[in-house]
Amino acid sequence: MNVRPSTARQLGLVNCHDCHLLVDADQARTHARCPRCGARLHLRKPNSLARTWALVWAAIVLIVPANVLPITVTITLGAKQADTIMSGVIYFMQTGSWEIAVVIFVASIFVPFAKLSILIFLLLSVRFRSAWRPKDRTTLYRLTELVGRWSMVDIYVVTILVALVKLGAVAAIEAGPAAVYFAAVVVLTMFAAESFDPRLMWDVVEEDV
Amino acid sequence: MRGPQSQPQPPGQSGPAGADAPQSPRVPARLVACPDCDLLHKLTPHEPATLLCSRCGAVLHRHKPDSVARSLALTLTALILFVLSNSFPFLAIKSGGLVQETTLLTGIRELWKQELQGLSCLVLFTCVLVPLVQMIGLLYILAPLQWGRRPALHAARVFRLVQEVAPWGMMEVFMIGILVALVKLGHMATIVPGVSVFSFGVLIFVMAGAYSSLDAPLLWDRLDLRR
Ligand SMILES: [Zn+2]
Ligand SMILES: [Zn+2]
Repeated sequence: MNVRPSTARQLGLVNCHDCHLLVDADQARTHARCPRCGARLHLRKPNSLARTWALVWAAIVLIVPANVLPITVTITLGAKQADTIMSGVIYFMQTGSWEIAVVIFVASIFVPFAKLSILIFLLLSVRFRSAWRPKDRTTLYRLTELVGRWSMVDIYVVTILVALVKLGAVAAIEAGPAAVYFAAVVVLTMFAAESFDPRLMWDVVEEDV
Repeated sequence: MRGPQSQPQPPGQSGPAGADAPQSPRVPARLVACPDCDLLHKLTPHEPATLLCSRCGAVLHRHKPDSVARSLALTLTALILFVLSNSFPFLAIKSGGLVQETTLLTGIRELWKQELQGLSCLVLFTCVLVPLVQMIGLLYILAPLQWGRRPALHAARVFRLVQEVAPWGMMEVFMIGILVALVKLGHMATIVPGVSVFSFGVLIFVMAGAYSSLDAPLLWDRLDLRR
């Protein structure tokens, strides 16, 4: 392949985030917007590290109540039963729907924790100017971007149950406070992944060579 | 004045303005920068069907035959399925003599009534508004191109919007949510999946097809009104 061993930044070019038009950095300074699609031009995502850290910390704070507080409250014939995310998983396992238990466990517990750990790892690797396997770290980043949305499954399950089950005295399901916290965690981690710029990992590798 | 923009032109497709566009000496023709690692790549006329970044493995370009016609047809199908999915109940729940039917929109209204405005808005946004913006936006962009007209007014901005909202369209996640809810409720009451579950299921695949048959670099090139 015809590969030039140089980056857009080294040649003084800005890659538009939205339409991937290459714009001369001088022109990008005078016209802050992309001449083709109108997006704001930045050499790198603005304040990428600080914004990602802030969003990650906010998610870490909220993930605690999201897992400790009940996500649903089921009222059956007057008896109330509060379920956290984890007790919901255990309920599915006990009733034999282990495939559903796996789906909920992966989407609601494994993915959010893995996503936050990976983002922290990537942030620290830029902070300490790591040269360790930038390609694998970029793949990790793409993975976190891809899987984050699937954490929303449990929120949808809760909303469907709440909207559906209102059979008067027989049974009712209410959303617990964790539903809101958990939804916030998913949204925050999605924003965090979006605000991280993977090119920063390559920048430090190039600068340190 | 120099023309500082390169034109990442996909091969085999002749856009309205292609290799004959003015190029600056500083920016050689048909360069693309990897969005994930910033490495520059040269697009050659005889490139493979899929061009991966040689350094980080990101997909830089994927050749898609007949892209405009295919994504237009799929988007139109998706819009029809979307209207169907929202007109019929996706679940009916039977318990004793009571039968309750819920459509996506009545479900969202129910959440709002139960003081869960935040969740209600989240579902409305991710499962109704964003998909609607995606579909209508794509139709708006693709239809004039398909029938050989000039790109619609502000088509480039609309395409940008369509791409920016895409991560927030979560119909396929919602579908999994419906399936999980079905299993969970199956222990409590008799559940009858509605017409909407099936049209919703098909819609997800049609929508995924519409997006994967989009040739973004080609579209950007054809929507470019600077000349
Ligand atoms: Zn642009
Ligand atoms: Zn790359």
